[in-house]
Amino acid sequence: MSEKIFVTGNEAIGYGAIYADCTHYFGYPITPQNEIIEFFAREFPKAGRCFVQSGSEVSSINMLIGAAAAGVRAMTSTASTAFSLMQEGLSALAAAELPCVVVDLQRGGPGAGTTQTAQMDYFQVTRGAHGDYYNIVLAPSYVQENCDFIQLGFYLSDKYRQPVIVLTDGLLGQMKEDVVLRSIEFGPLPEKEWALRGSASRGYKRSYLHNYPGFGVFGRYANYLDYLKGANEKYQEMASSEVRYEAYEIEDAEIVLVSYGSTARAALGALHQAREEGMKVGMIRPITLWPFPMQVIQETASKVGKFLVVEDSIGQMVEDVKAAVEGRAEVHLLGIFSRHLPNTSGMIFPDTIMQEIRRLT
Amino acid sequence: MSGEKKKKRDYLHPKSILKTETPYCSGCQYGVVDRIIGEVIDELDIQGRTVFVAGVGCHGLAQLLVDTDTILALHGRAGATAGGIKWALDEDSVVFTIQGDGDLAAIGIGDTVRAINRGEKLTTIFCNNAGYGTTGGQMAPTSLLGQITTTTPLGRDADKTGLPFHVAEFLATLPGVVYSARHCLTSLATYNRTKRAIKTAFMKQIDGIGYGFVEILVATSTCWKMSPQEGLKWLEEHMMAEFPLGEFKDTDEVVIKHQLG
Repeated sequence: MSEKIFVTGNEAIGYGAIYADCTHYFGYPITPQNEIIEFFAREFPKAGRCFVQSGSEVSSINMLIGAAAAGVRAMTSTASTAFSLMQEGLSALAAAELPCVVVDLQRGGPGAGTTQTAQMDYFQVTRGAHGDYYNIVLAPSYVQENCDFIQLGFYLSDKYRQPVIVLTDGLLGQMKEDVVLRSIEFGPLPEKEWALRGSASRGYKRSYLHNYPGFGVFGRYANYLDYLKGANEKYQEMASSEVRYEAYEIEDAEIVLVSYGSTARAALGALHQAREEGMKVGMIRPITLWPFPMQVIQETASKVGKFLVVEDSIGQMVEDVKAAVEGRAEVHLLGIFSRHLPNTSGMIFPDTIMQEIRRLT
Repeated sequence: MSGEKKKKRDYLHPKSILKTETPYCSGCQYGVVDRIIGEVIDELDIQGRTVFVAGVGCHGLAQLLVDTDTILALHGRAGATAGGIKWALDEDSVVFTIQGDGDLAAIGIGDTVRAINRGEKLTTIFCNNAGYGTTGGQMAPTSLLGQITTTTPLGRDADKTGLPFHVAEFLATLPGVVYSARHCLTSLATYNRTKRAIKTAFMKQIDGIGYGFVEILVATSTCWKMSPQEGLKWLEEHMMAEFPLGEFKDTDEVVIKHQLG
């Protein structure tokens, strides 16, 4: 029987890594994700795995590049401001086609911003750094999902030879919930015959990895455009096969909420309250922020008049919702200005969402 | 062994160097650096368990020559990427970087020092050619005072750009560095001394002692807009006046000053 424990979202990420058979973690302290790095420091050596405190987030992501290139399951975690520091490395991981998991625990910005929860990294995780590439972004809403999505993330990254980002937030990291500890089976994965383990493992045929796809001398592709074509095929496949979302009561809905991460829970609370009052409210919770669940929103847009996007920012995901709706329905935003307090501790509560639903219907 | 046999053996193509055209400009000594590394890898018989991490710059073209598993790091991050590889592999793996003065001493000095301060047991071959080559001859931290580069068109001025960075001496002050030396490639004798130093820097890793570092003064004459002969003369007259050759550290143990408990 699976063991059930009561832990924070940050600790759940560590348990997810253990159940994913992740063997290497590289990290640097930053609030509000310090419990993650401390979990790995405490638990990984006990389990015979490797924890390294790097000297910066730039070091973390570049150590991760090395470990991923050597073929082990490796990950790092950080929070918003330092995720920015890792962007060049994420572009390089995509270019070199190296699988790994990067956790971004959102805090408020811009700049040093705040150390408390927010949802302002949607653009930087889904749009990425320089160059044409996409990473799958998984957005948990529950502590259990923090644990499960690390496992899912490693599976998807190995399946596509592509880094996967798990985008959580300060609120979900610090809150405690029951977590069922379980190892999730996903199916077979390709061998990592390209892994840098020394050429003796391949009969002295060397492996040549680089993040320089324009320089096609020994790489996987003959030239730059062949690389981009190959990568694009992969991104198209990810976009068609890996969309994940949850839909709640959209069949008869007159207004549909769209919300992700911890904020989706407030939105879901509002939905339940509204349904009790007889209001026809539905909700779509994107789980993959890239690939974004365009199709379900498109289909819903032809049936309902209104969408209300609830996100703890001045409006980022709302842009993708508008792109999916294509003007067929109204798209409204309930964002950070609807927090219950004007300071960094403010949150969007179900009552505020209810008020907005009432105003719109 | 007879002299003739020995001579013949010395000129064999190293097994760990691919038989291909040099990617370097005529007269450039980077190819010589790569050849020495190939000879050392052969003599230590580590080709099959070695991973080479290339820095960004002309020295990184060694990826086209050195026949081991290899990855190109981001600019300046070879120390971190090499560290990640070393942590991921068995203890008997050998991980080394080749880095230039822009890659290691400018954009990458932080990651170099951080790798050493984490206690990484790596080997770094540092090519000092007193400037940037790939990008067309800009000033590096190692450029000489008065040296004309494309970003110091009037010559490097100490007041505005500081003084040449002596990397081998600087890194020798760090406890994690167990070997640090500077050599050049101006004669057969200096070639042999450079080779011994590179071998020692690899052995410090293989024996599990610590970080081994060799700085090599490298003539990149095309980049300096000189003939190969002029380039070597300039290196001997000016670079060697600024950067003394020698061994700055050679120890078989990392010294611990104080430990709790």
